[in-house]
Amino acid sequence: MSAGPGPRVPSGPTRGVPRAPEGHCDGFSRAQAIRRVLAGKPPVAREWDPRMPLPAGVGIDRRRFLAGAAGGLLTVYGAGRLGLTDRMLGDGIARAAALQPAGSPILVSLFMQGGVDGLSLLAPAGDPLYVKLRPTLAVAAGSGAPLREDPSLTWHPSASSFAQLHDAGKVAVFPGIGYADPDMSHFTSRHYWEVGATDTSLLTGWMGRYLDVAGDTTNPFQGLSMDGQINPTLATAKNPTAAIDQPNSFAVWLSGVWGDALGWALDSASSLGDTQRHSRDPAIAQVAGAASEVGIVRRTLAPFAPTNGNLRRDAATSTNPGAAYGSSVTYPTAATGDLPDRLAGLAAMIAAGIPLRCVALTTDTQFDTHSGQETTFDSGVKLVADSLASFQADLEARGVDGRVLVHVWSEFGRRAQENGSDGTDHGAAGTSLLIGSRVNGGMIGEFAPLNQLDANGNQQENVDFRGVYCSLLEQWFGQDAGAVIPGAAGFPRYQLLT
Amino acid sequence: MSTPIRSPDKLPPVREARHAGHRHRPLRRNVRPKLILPVLDPSPTAVYRGKFTAEQATRLLWRAGFGPRPGDAERLAKLGMEAAVASLTRPQGTARLVGAAPHDDHGQPLDPINTWGDDHCWWLDRMVRSNQQLIERMTLIWHSWFATSEEASNAQLMIKQNWMMRRHALGNFHQLLLGVTVDPAMLLWLNGNTNDKDSPNENYGREMLELFTLGADRGYDQRDVHQNARALTGWTNDWNDQGPSNFRFDPSLHDYGVKRIFGHHGRFGWRDSCRLAVTHPDHPSFLVDKLWGYFVGAKIPRATAHALERAYTRSGYEIRPLVEAILRHPLFYDGPRLVIPPVVWTAGLLRGSRQTITTTSWAWIAQLTGQVLFQPPNVSGWNYAQWLDTSRWAGRLEAVNVALQNHVLDGKTYPYGITETAVEAYKHAIDFWGGHALSSTARHNLIALGRQIARGQTHDWEQISFRQLRQNALRVLIPMTPDWMTA
Repeated sequence: MSAGPGPRVPSGPTRGVPRAPEGHCDGFSRAQAIRRVLAGKPPVAREWDPRMPLPAGVGIDRRRFLAGAAGGLLTVYGAGRLGLTDRMLGDGIARAAALQPAGSPILVSLFMQGGVDGLSLLAPAGDPLYVKLRPTLAVAAGSGAPLREDPSLTWHPSASSFAQLHDAGKVAVFPGIGYADPDMSHFTSRHYWEVGATDTSLLTGWMGRYLDVAGDTTNPFQGLSMDGQINPTLATAKNPTAAIDQPNSFAVWLSGVWGDALGWALDSASSLGDTQRHSRDPAIAQVAGAASEVGIVRRTLAPFAPTNGNLRRDAATSTNPGAAYGSSVTYPTAATGDLPDRLAGLAAMIAAGIPLRCVALTTDTQFDTHSGQETTFDSGVKLVADSLASFQADLEARGVDGRVLVHVWSEFGRRAQENGSDGTDHGAAGTSLLIGSRVNGGMIGEFAPLNQLDANGNQQENVDFRGVYCSLLEQWFGQDAGAVIPGAAGFPRYQLLT
Repeated sequence: MSTPIRSPDKLPPVREARHAGHRHRPLRRNVRPKLILPVLDPSPTAVYRGKFTAEQATRLLWRAGFGPRPGDAERLAKLGMEAAVASLTRPQGTARLVGAAPHDDHGQPLDPINTWGDDHCWWLDRMVRSNQQLIERMTLIWHSWFATSEEASNAQLMIKQNWMMRRHALGNFHQLLLGVTVDPAMLLWLNGNTNDKDSPNENYGREMLELFTLGADRGYDQRDVHQNARALTGWTNDWNDQGPSNFRFDPSLHDYGVKRIFGHHGRFGWRDSCRLAVTHPDHPSFLVDKLWGYFVGAKIPRATAHALERAYTRSGYEIRPLVEAILRHPLFYDGPRLVIPPVVWTAGLLRGSRQTITTTSWAWIAQLTGQVLFQPPNVSGWNYAQWLDTSRWAGRLEAVNVALQNHVLDGKTYPYGITETAVEAYKHAIDFWGGHALSSTARHNLIALGRQIARGQTHDWEQISFRQLRQNALRVLIPMTPDWMTA
């Protein structure tokens, strides 16, 4: 890729940021409403601002916009006028599914951005030292469920869904995960986790390198970013990947172009992308690569778009994000962001046989709680825990839970001693979770004791995240970790599956 | 590389200017005033000597501005490279906004402080209409460099910060850093307003070193971060119904103790903190490399970097001489292309098609393309190395749809006549966007599409509608080509 400004080019665009003390601002909520419109869902009245213009198109009113923008492709394809339905199926799901045998494993990476506070998620509630370090933020003993393997640790009350899944044997917790010589920069530490090495210059993600080694040269769904943009863990050196928000939000149309010409024009843009994507000029290759992959995504996701111009999800009749995807499970409704919607869409895609292998998502909540920690942490953790519990139940109901593992991680834990702003500063070792029906439920590693903090007052790791990556590659994908993780031989392995 | 000797009557305007500025030579009366451009100082590093045609001028206009309006590249090419660069780096007087004032979808003026999204449109309008293009472009660079988001403050404070950065756009980095450090939106964004002597908050102190002046783990450690945070203590503000107000330095919140930063001891305050950062030996290399990366796709050669670092330090941290050297460097013109950032490309769509802001749809379009002004993704700014993926490609397509909302052909007539060939249709669509030439690969692809659409017509009465369809499709797809999206 072309050289960017700065001495260190991150391998992807989103980064954890410090947050306003009082959660999301109005503008952010409205931005979400806009995205919902674009996703073809009626805006929720509370979020809708009449001053906000509807997406344009000549003479297209709102009703027609919803049909036009969200269902535009489907209208064309669904009508079968171009005879493209067969092609979509032939070119899309059927072709791609054939590339990957049924029952093949899928790894989902969920990044809790900003550095989630491990000492609140799994709190040593009865430890007097903890209460002393956290005079205002300490989780009270008895306020949440104790951890089975180490009852001195208490799940945060907002994480009760994690506690229940854990008790059901579907969660492995890593209460002291990190790496030696920790870096307290969001950007550096997150980068390490994303690339799977403590190497600031590596520009491919650890799952991206796996896909380069074991993946496919034509199936972008093997690495799916559900953040609306590429997730750095999936950055590959050669094989294609895709980025979408939700499966039913990926529709493209051209102003003033309809009928057969619309399909031809979109095909033309993709084919120009196919021609130029291997250009020696990295900028041309970047644009062309995106255009080329749009063609594949468009054909493959077409079955998820609404049919007959009607929306599958109608906010008037259902507030369950899962309803849009025919889920029998109720997902939580997010006050801000759309994590439950994305997970519901992902469950549907897995069940539909879209050939996914590595999927990456980032929470909308930013857990960088320098001030007013409880406001952000409590609602943010609850949304993540409840959404993942619904996702697990959805996969079980659809009978595909055996194929999926979810890895939940954050770039670091937070300083043991709280700061003076009812918050915590950047720390070192933190907490990770691994969720799934085939997980070796329990605790891996141990709690990092508060009387053994490092020189900066941070917890010290007892499980290396790269050892977890190596174990995932070997046990979940049957892939030699040495080809993916630098220095793989030097890391311990952990028994992750039953 | 040798420069051909020119006969005196064919001297490029820059020579005229040089003579005009010379003390001992009288001003030539027949020189029109607008040709008298400031003369650039000699570059401290290599200077481009190749041809300077509309092609090179187009790259210059995209990278140091927001793309050409019709005819701009040809006009700039006639000036020659040095004078073309000077016309961008040495604007005279206050900026003029050329063309119709922006308005929303109902014809009302923008209200950037109070209406969601109007702040984005307000600045986008300046990008489209300002006659000081590089000033706006540099302001955008500083916005990404010192990435502050209105999520922590509000549009009023962000716009205030924006004017501060515009004032320093091509000025002095040390002054800019001082301005940023106590800027209210930044104080809110990186917790400078809650950083006090009893509970230092490291947020700004860390990012100032890591992202703004030195680079990650270059010449500082955690101890310096902590001590720097102490030096920065003392800023605070009040909160009222309208939000944050009354930003000030409160001596009772400042830590007046001795700090040790980069090995220096002293009772340092926020001004010392800025001074120590810019005088740190690792700062010039960080700044030069990062600034270069915004303009040039190739890695900076070591000798160039050293020359620019020396010039930067000697000048007392001036920005303009660096930019003038970069815009004249051979790699700026000979090096690989750069993907045009979304907001630059969007402004370029409007400039190329002679439009101004007539809809505030641009605010949500910006979400889809991946660059909302005043909402960078995080404190390290936008990732200039990766602007496109499938989602954001689709977002740019939406942007073209919006740019065309008043220019879609339909109805009972076709302006170019029904005898128009596919090649002619292509040319008409190219001209719609300002006449940007594309590579033969893209041209052949689009002409082939034009032929395919024409063949789709099955009845005589469809002649007009299929010409319209073809022209509409070509208009949408031209700015989506890899050629048009890069420069």
